[in-house]
Amino acid sequence: MPELALKKPKRRSAVQILHLNTRTRILISIIIAALYIGIVFIWGVSMGPSNYAIDYGAKLQAPSASHIFGTDYMGRDMLARSVKGMSTSLVIGLVAAVISSIIGLLLGIASAVIGGKFDKVVLWLVDLCMGLPHLVLLILISVMLGKGMKGVMIGVALTHWPELTRIIRAEVMQVRSSQYVQAAYRMGESRFTVARRHIIPHVIPVYLVGLLLLFPHAIMHEASITFLGFGLPPDSPAIGVILSESMRYIASGKWWLALFPGILLLLTVIFFQIIGDDLKELLNPTTGNL
Amino acid sequence: MKGKYVSETILKMLLLLFAVTILSFILITKAPIDPLTSYIGSESTLSPAARQQIADYWGLNQPLVQRYFTWLGNIFRGDFGMSITYKRPVIDVIGERFSASLVLMLLAWLCSGVLGFFLGMASGKHKGSVFDKITQGFCLVLQSTPTFWIGILFLELFSVTLGWFPLGMSVPMGVLASQVTLGDRMYHLFLPFFTLTVISLGKITLYTRQKYIEEMNNDYILFAKARGESSRQILNRHIMRNIALPAVTVQFASFSELFGGMTLAETVFSYPGIGTATTAAATHGDVPLLLGITLFSALFVFTGNLIANLLYGVLDPRMREGALHA
Repeated sequence: MPELALKKPKRRSAVQILHLNTRTRILISIIIAALYIGIVFIWGVSMGPSNYAIDYGAKLQAPSASHIFGTDYMGRDMLARSVKGMSTSLVIGLVAAVISSIIGLLLGIASAVIGGKFDKVVLWLVDLCMGLPHLVLLILISVMLGKGMKGVMIGVALTHWPELTRIIRAEVMQVRSSQYVQAAYRMGESRFTVARRHIIPHVIPVYLVGLLLLFPHAIMHEASITFLGFGLPPDSPAIGVILSESMRYIASGKWWLALFPGILLLLTVIFFQIIGDDLKELLNPTTGNL
Repeated sequence: MKGKYVSETILKMLLLLFAVTILSFILITKAPIDPLTSYIGSESTLSPAARQQIADYWGLNQPLVQRYFTWLGNIFRGDFGMSITYKRPVIDVIGERFSASLVLMLLAWLCSGVLGFFLGMASGKHKGSVFDKITQGFCLVLQSTPTFWIGILFLELFSVTLGWFPLGMSVPMGVLASQVTLGDRMYHLFLPFFTLTVISLGKITLYTRQKYIEEMNNDYILFAKARGESSRQILNRHIMRNIALPAVTVQFASFSELFGGMTLAETVFSYPGIGTATTAAATHGDVPLLLGITLFSALFVFTGNLIANLLYGVLDPRMREGALHA
């Protein structure tokens, strides 16, 4: 335990300077992240197409006060297009991650509870799904469903469950074999009661963190697949489309077309990652109360 | 016992690969791609009767299961069909493209692995320092960065603004294939390679750092210190040995991400590798090529996973012992 003795004074000094404990620090970072994502989401969803209307009078303008992100080859405001695109990505990521996480939750619990052959089949499916390069599988599913919003959403939803399935399966198995669960059974508690009182409270935090950490992956994969041309159609405002278009203007030095929309995407992904990681720390009793 | 573990692992992998052929075959045949239309083009004046004849000749009206086994049989004979996009046998296209990509992937894989390992070690060693904080932040940002975006930024910075590197492709334009030098190839390879290296760096660095800190917290390290071992001795005798294997394993198990990253990087730099061939095949409804690429990409990922599994099972003395006692 020499590590702990060394760590203590350091932590205290940081707390003294900022007057924050881990819990407050985490709460603040979660609020900032949620605020950013919330603003982008509400702004984008409530925005009409008139905000990024075509204006050939203002073609390919560099960033200025009236167009902070500049304009594209049709004179459309890049800030409005990027925010609109980001909100579309958020919706797709949200739906796909929720579906994916529910698949993972159900398969993980079923696999741990039923066990035997079923467990083997689930693990095999996980291996199978992870055996193909993720991007190739996404392309295949999206192409099969005729691309577009439906294709990319189902593609992302169907390819993100394996890891969560593994995590939840391991968690359920660990809780089930623990002594207090065994004791509860001996005391005559029904399976349902044990599941409700002991197993579900353990699995829910794991599931929630897993779900939150799925978002950044889902959003990134949506953007990647759209960038390659197998996702959202080229006429829709989407980050993938915007970045793919920006490639045509690289040689002529229109740097703002790629830089700002990418930063918007990067920040969204990072903030989701931060919320997920922070929540993981907060929900874990050994790290959440320091 | 060691042999049994190896053969079991390989058998399991082969079974999975077989399942991948079924899965990809179903996915592609269910796609709204009409093989006939993508072969003859959508503006053909072929009569419906002639279409029917060709479809019958190709066996397109046969049940799915039969078509699958015909395809699988052909593959075992080494016949992957003709690529519609490139008008050449699929196996030739894959051979040429995959070797170009393999160079790219292996270089990036090695560089990110070695660099990430040492960066992670240094970061773990100076845990809590400014250097560690910067490395950690840098890696977290890298992990959240879309590959294609960073590729575009590099292209803008190094090729357009600074003019150090070409705008894309793998060889200079307007030069005969026989006159392309190795230097030319390296010059064109650099940016895709650099992008892929940077993007793969985050994961391995954070992993090594985590492992380093975990190892240092072990009691045997405390005992080693008490015995009077210097930090260099501790590093060489204990830490290195215990981190190297899991780090190498993680690196081998990351082939799936590597392939995805490579596809995106190749698209940005229009590098003629297997990644650009994948997107071309999917765009043009080139079913034989797409199936072939899917199979080879799965083989690639499986090889990585196989090596990772074998490394763990064969090289780790604890796993070896465990297998003996089991």
